[in-house]
Amino acid sequence: MDVLKSVADLKPGQKGIISKLQEDELTLKLLEMGCLPGTEVEMCHVAPFGDPLCIRVSGYLLSLRKSEAETILINC
Amino acid sequence: MSSLPNISLVGNPNSGKSSLFNQLTGLNQKVGNFPGVTVDKKTGTCRLTAAHTAVITDLPGTYSLYPKSPDERVVANVLLNPRDPVFPDLVVVVVDAANLKRNLLLFTEVKDLGLPVLLALNMLDVARKQNLQIDVPLLSERLHAPVVSINARTGEGMDALKKEITKMLTNASNGLAPRKHTFVEAAEYVPELTGQIKRQFGLENDYIAYQYAHQGEEVSFLGQDQKRQLERWRDDYRFQDKSLQARETVARYEVIGRIVAEAVKEADNDQRKENFTSRLDAIFLHRIWGTVIFLAILLLIFQAIFAWAEYPMNLIDGGIAQLNQWLHNQLPKSLLVDLLTDGLIAGLGGILVFIPQIAVLFAFISVLEESGYMARVVFLMDRMMRSVGLNGRSVVPLISGVACAVPAVMATRSIDNWKERLITIMVTPLMSCSARIPIYTILIALVVPDQTVLGVMNLQGIALMALYLLGFAAAILSALVMKWVLKIKGRSFLIMELPEYKMPRWANVGLTIIEKVKAFVLEAGKVIIAIAVILWVLSTYGPPGQMQQAEAKVRQEYKNAGKDELGNHIASARLEASYAGHFGKFIEPAIRPLGYDWKIGIALLSSFAAREVFVGTLSTIYSVGSDDEDTETIKERLQQEINPRTGGPMYTPATAFSLLVFYAFAMMCMSTIAIVHRETKGWKWPIIQLVYMTVLAYVSALVVYTVLK
Repeated sequence: MDVLKSVADLKPGQKGIISKLQEDELTLKLLEMGCLPGTEVEMCHVAPFGDPLCIRVSGYLLSLRKSEAETILINC
Repeated sequence: MSSLPNISLVGNPNSGKSSLFNQLTGLNQKVGNFPGVTVDKKTGTCRLTAAHTAVITDLPGTYSLYPKSPDERVVANVLLNPRDPVFPDLVVVVVDAANLKRNLLLFTEVKDLGLPVLLALNMLDVARKQNLQIDVPLLSERLHAPVVSINARTGEGMDALKKEITKMLTNASNGLAPRKHTFVEAAEYVPELTGQIKRQFGLENDYIAYQYAHQGEEVSFLGQDQKRQLERWRDDYRFQDKSLQARETVARYEVIGRIVAEAVKEADNDQRKENFTSRLDAIFLHRIWGTVIFLAILLLIFQAIFAWAEYPMNLIDGGIAQLNQWLHNQLPKSLLVDLLTDGLIAGLGGILVFIPQIAVLFAFISVLEESGYMARVVFLMDRMMRSVGLNGRSVVPLISGVACAVPAVMATRSIDNWKERLITIMVTPLMSCSARIPIYTILIALVVPDQTVLGVMNLQGIALMALYLLGFAAAILSALVMKWVLKIKGRSFLIMELPEYKMPRWANVGLTIIEKVKAFVLEAGKVIIAIAVILWVLSTYGPPGQMQQAEAKVRQEYKNAGKDELGNHIASARLEASYAGHFGKFIEPAIRPLGYDWKIGIALLSSFAAREVFVGTLSTIYSVGSDDEDTETIKERLQQEINPRTGGPMYTPATAFSLLVFYAFAMMCMSTIAIVHRETKGWKWPIIQLVYMTVLAYVSALVVYTVLK
């Protein structure tokens, strides 16, 4: 592992496996929504102006802001 | 009625919970409020069998028992409080089969509370299309609860569901407890603390006690002493709520993962990718086309509100006028009849006339929500809205504001962040609502020539559009100012599911329209009727003797005039001598800088509570005759009005534009003030809103008049 990558670094169509959630107020919400370590995420859409993002996780589409996506670290 | 068993519907947003509720209750539903919070409480009765009826409560959609918004808090308030009037005898958890893992999180939490739970497995058809094979009997066994497959859209499986509900309720009343099972022993994380809470509060269930530790200070049903007690214990035991909640959630997903692995067979993972939703999203969420399509849909909505709703509106308007005329002719002439016709029925007409627009607007909004498109709008607009202190979810209130601010302010409840929600509430009334249309129409007709420019554009149409854009621009700028001024902390987030696209269920659309129209008629109706009556009294009575004197004087002056003309002049003179007239003269010095006289003053005052009264008052003041609100007649009369100071016409472009701008910005709507009071739980924000909008209106009108004069 060279640099820590987050979900926000993924390009549309790219996938990664969640390795860790950085401690943040919204970690609990993300966990509840199925963003668990070990789960696969795929970047699907990017809104105008590059924010928010839309990812596929646990079999459904989840939209989240870039700042929120940055707290989800991944292995590619 | 309290003897009827209570059933709560619980589930994720987009799980089909509301469709199921509509299936079970049909038109036997009513919307109320949960005590203390402004969250809609939908209850309805359902006939389970010939002999059994149950009360069904549709609890707000949530992803877990841990709330993030006031809506979600209601779920915990009901499920954790056995003394709640709608505390369930049975909980039906609605689960989206195509999204089983995430939906089961809430199910395992509810089940761990020890309540009788039934799982309604919805959208199996969608799951099948995604090549998911669900072994329902095995799922039921592993979840230790009955599972019934349903299709909430078509109504499939309703009989089986009702049968299972009846069976569980009968078992319960015979003392047969449902199967108890705990998925995650969360109470074991803090055994001493939960033990204490169980003893103190007389609780039987470990997980309820554990939930008290987490959110006991938040829930509505515990007293201050109890909350302080809980807080002390949390400190004593060094209760780490966040990390415990994370641990619990991960543990739940582990259990769920094992169950789903057993009960669900995924045929081919790659086939799921290229489904209907992702093909549509490729266009609807496209950076350019997505925005273009959204703007096109907006245009269509406006077209519908203004053009299509006009026909039924004219019918209602004409019908009310005819009814009034008929009553005037049928009933003996008396003050009471006047109160009934010019006060009450005219006021009622002022409300009914807006129903078509509100119905059309909510038909669109509900179709967009039902189809799953509205979440995409939020996604597309979030970044732009955020830059002015709003939220992607502010789009719906702002659009609704074009019809009426009352339902629009209620629609802000979906915004989790308080500051963003407050700003949305504060600026929504600046969107030009339909009550401003008659004012815009008549004043524009007065001073803007009916000319075609650039081949296709009508000058009056451009002026009307400019006023809408002006309102929108003012809303955005005010939001920006409030973003900097308001010091309210709180993390804003947008962690939101984008549901699969689906055809709207038309019965749901219909029920939404009925519900919104009902809410509008009741909310706005109370105020407008009251105002209509007060205005009628103020303009009918005056200081003793003065009105009679004025009338006698007119009779003297217009001895030779025709009967109608004389009547009109008398009405006008009486109004000047009435309390309303005195009031208008009293405020004239304050409004003269804007180019208005005391007659406009009366219209301003009377429309302060409801701006739609303006045109009606003008027609009374200029004695056009109250039954004749025809634009042409009022327009002609206004054109003839002479300004006694200048000797020229009263309604110069300067005065008219000044009035237009004033009405675009002024908060002249008691119903909106009332609803803002309710939604912000106090008088602080509605008063600030009233002041800032009035100042904005006054200053802008002053500038317009001074520049154009």
